[in-house]
Amino acid sequence: MKLLVKGGRVIDPANNLDEIADVLVEDGLIRRVEPGINEPEAEILSAEGKVVCPGFIDIHVHLREPGYEYKEDIASGTRAAAAGGFTSLCCMPNTNPVIDNNAVADFIRRRAQETGVVNVYPIGSITKKQEGQEISEMADLVAAGCVAVSDDGRPVMNAEIMRRALEYSRIFNIPVIAHCEDVNLSEDGLMHEGYYSTLYGLKGIPAAAEEVMVARDLLLAEAAQGWVHFAHISTRGTLEMIRQAKQRGVRVTCEVSPHHLTLTDEIVGSYDTDTKVNPPLRSQEDVLALRAALENGVIDCIATDHAPHEFEAKDCEYPLAAFGISGLETAVPALLNDLVHPGKLELMDMVRLMTVNPARMLNLNRGALIPGYPADITILDLEAEKTVEPNQFYSKGKNNPYKGRILRGWPWATIVDGQVVALEGKLVI
Amino acid sequence: MKFIEKNRIMDEANIKRVLTRISHEILERNKGVQNLAIIGIRRRGGPLAERLAENIKEIEGVQVPVGILDITLYRDDLTTLGSQPMVRRTEVPFDITNQAIVLTDDVLYTGRTVRAALDALIDLGRPRCIQLAVLVDRGHRELPIKADYVGKNVPTSKRETITVRLREIDGKDEVVIEEIIDT
Amino acid sequence: MGFKGRKDLLGLQYLTRDEITTILDVAMPMKDIILRDIKKVPTLRGKVMVTLFYEPSTRTRTSFELAGKYLSADTVNLTVSTSSVQKGESLRDTIKTIEVMGTDVVVIRHSMSGVPNYVAQNTSMRVINAGDGIHEHPTQALLDMYSIREKKGTVENLKVAILGDILHSRVARSNIFGLQKFGCEVRVIGPPTLMPPDIEKIGVKKYFNTEEGLEGVDVINVLRIQKERQRRGLFPTLDEYANLYCLTRDRVALAQPDVLVLHPGPMNRGVEISSEVADSQVAVINEQVTNGVAVRMALLYLMMGGARDEIAG
Repeated sequence: MKLLVKGGRVIDPANNLDEIADVLVEDGLIRRVEPGINEPEAEILSAEGKVVCPGFIDIHVHLREPGYEYKEDIASGTRAAAAGGFTSLCCMPNTNPVIDNNAVADFIRRRAQETGVVNVYPIGSITKKQEGQEISEMADLVAAGCVAVSDDGRPVMNAEIMRRALEYSRIFNIPVIAHCEDVNLSEDGLMHEGYYSTLYGLKGIPAAAEEVMVARDLLLAEAAQGWVHFAHISTRGTLEMIRQAKQRGVRVTCEVSPHHLTLTDEIVGSYDTDTKVNPPLRSQEDVLALRAALENGVIDCIATDHAPHEFEAKDCEYPLAAFGISGLETAVPALLNDLVHPGKLELMDMVRLMTVNPARMLNLNRGALIPGYPADITILDLEAEKTVEPNQFYSKGKNNPYKGRILRGWPWATIVDGQVVALEGKLVI
Repeated sequence: MKFIEKNRIMDEANIKRVLTRISHEILERNKGVQNLAIIGIRRRGGPLAERLAENIKEIEGVQVPVGILDITLYRDDLTTLGSQPMVRRTEVPFDITNQAIVLTDDVLYTGRTVRAALDALIDLGRPRCIQLAVLVDRGHRELPIKADYVGKNVPTSKRETITVRLREIDGKDEVVIEEIIDT
Repeated sequence: MGFKGRKDLLGLQYLTRDEITTILDVAMPMKDIILRDIKKVPTLRGKVMVTLFYEPSTRTRTSFELAGKYLSADTVNLTVSTSSVQKGESLRDTIKTIEVMGTDVVVIRHSMSGVPNYVAQNTSMRVINAGDGIHEHPTQALLDMYSIREKKGTVENLKVAILGDILHSRVARSNIFGLQKFGCEVRVIGPPTLMPPDIEKIGVKKYFNTEEGLEGVDVINVLRIQKERQRRGLFPTLDEYANLYCLTRDRVALAQPDVLVLHPGPMNRGVEISSEVADSQVAVINEQVTNGVAVRMALLYLMMGGARDEIAG
């Protein structure tokens, strides 16, 4: 069983490669990457005019199963991922029950094998039931395949617990993924606090709600010599602190979401609840700072924070609506359209932030077109133009603020372990 | 739609003569100026009311009360008009109860404006009587309304319009017949 | 006519200066109607207005109701408590129900900002915002502006101070948006804990000191202070608040001699305004109530009293 991806522009940041080449896949693994491969018995996938990349990896996704299957399940979430150009996901533990023991982690891995179409790596919780009281059995979680721990959705407010988690996680060399939000500062907040929250009359979530926790966790990580990874960072102040901490050798990594890179708090004026997300869409200055940090190494990866919700959770008064964006199916086009095409982000950097960086961070043997690696490949059509229509999403969550926009640059094919799973936005298995 | 001017039926001198005659008729009919007031329908009924009062003052030496009635809120055609008319103030700074009111307007046509004006007037008080004075009566009544004082009867077709211009509003006095041309 | 093409009134930030002028102009003949013996014109016969209030408010609801009745519209009042709604029917379903009963305009008061915007996007009825959360209260600002214009002859280029809890005040926001369109210098006065973030970026001057803020102003709009704010730690006690921010006669004396004092009501006498000032000649608080009916009549006329297509645009 051989597949030859022919004639595409191969961009592989791990090998610093950007040239027209063919990619030969055999038995689900990458075999060769070079121009002019002639392999008569291979099935040919012509990628002329397209961009061939390692499969995209999204380390921050809410698959909602078990417990909230009406929002999303592993079958629908992984299909959304495949349609959106992702070949691997890490799923957050705020399910019901929480992924705080090996039984739930096993369940997720088994369900992913049975019903999923991309690779799924669970993330365990930092604390039991994500209650912020006692740390979870991390050895148990790691043994069951968890690649990190996080209480995402809920911050660990108790600094002592966070300290212990950062210390204890060192045994396993996994990151503690911090959702940074001081809940006293963010209480009842609905959007970024600033000019637009005043204009729209919606209670603000100050940048400080994130930043005080980032500051705290950096100090704790430094003292504990632990590894903190900041989820969905959103403010200029956060970036500055992370930059300084990296300089002085603190073990810190971070991710940013496509919506925090492309949307600002101004659009909340529509009172469209699809713009309601936590952390909130920030100011123009924050967005510009985040974009700048993509290239200078302060930001390690881009992750969607895909947070699907059922219709009713969003079809209501703005303050009552759930936080979150169903982002898997618009992440790539949003980044290509808003950042890459206008020249604000090099395509090579975008691919790096979505492939080799997250893979190396979580020690996954993916994210690069290296012979012997699993053949996860994402092929992009930079010129394809399509209107974002959430009703056509594979995700059960139609909550997406890009809806109605025409975006240029879409995933064209998604190959997982050598098998084409999505083509032109449609599942083919 | 476009209008072309067909015929100038009154000029400044005609209008002046006609208003003088109507002023005399009003005085004759009401036996003087006792409890008499003149109220013009906004807009061109307003200057006409003022002119009649001026004439009466010249004849009788008495200033009769003058008011302006805005009938917009009483119109029956609000939902069918091409655009929403601006509401302005009704300025009737005296009690109309037990007064003889002479209502003035430039053109009497379907009678609907006068109908609205009667309703508007009655909401202000209970006059002893209401009389109607118009500069031009062009026929085509849709309601049982008749003018007491008419400057000029002008038979028209429905394709025609009567345009009254008054010095106070339009800079000159004249009445012309215009025809609608489909373009 | 300055109100063309607008289906809803959601806030003054969305209106043009011409539209506001039109509303204020039309409110003048409307006020005449309120002041005469027969307070009724047939203009809106057959039109149906529903007031949908998710927050208790006798004043605003009554004002809208009378405005509708004076124009011969049929008016129905629905008061819903927010808590029961959270358990029960969705807002979308409530609105649909009111719509299919043949309602022409729905007047909404809600504790949550943006609800009228949401409703407007989901109904063919016209929507008037009667106060939403801490967003806007456009008809209150319109009546304030009407009162100012009536007393000062103009709303242009005045110095207007808004005193009190700016953070939680939709009245303050709507006044700011409206007055700024007429070139007014708007000052906001209050403690830092009751100031909205980045309020200066909206173009107002911010004062924590009452005396400084009132210096030379033409109009003072005093906001009601809600006692629950103290419990949330935004100021220590009502006494201390009154000490720093209550509009007293001495403080009024710092403004222009012909200063006008407004208050949206109901007043906490002795907290945000002294009785001496509230009952003095400079205060037009009762007349504001009359003017409120007039501007609401103007609005209802402008929104419903004409050719439907023309206004619907």
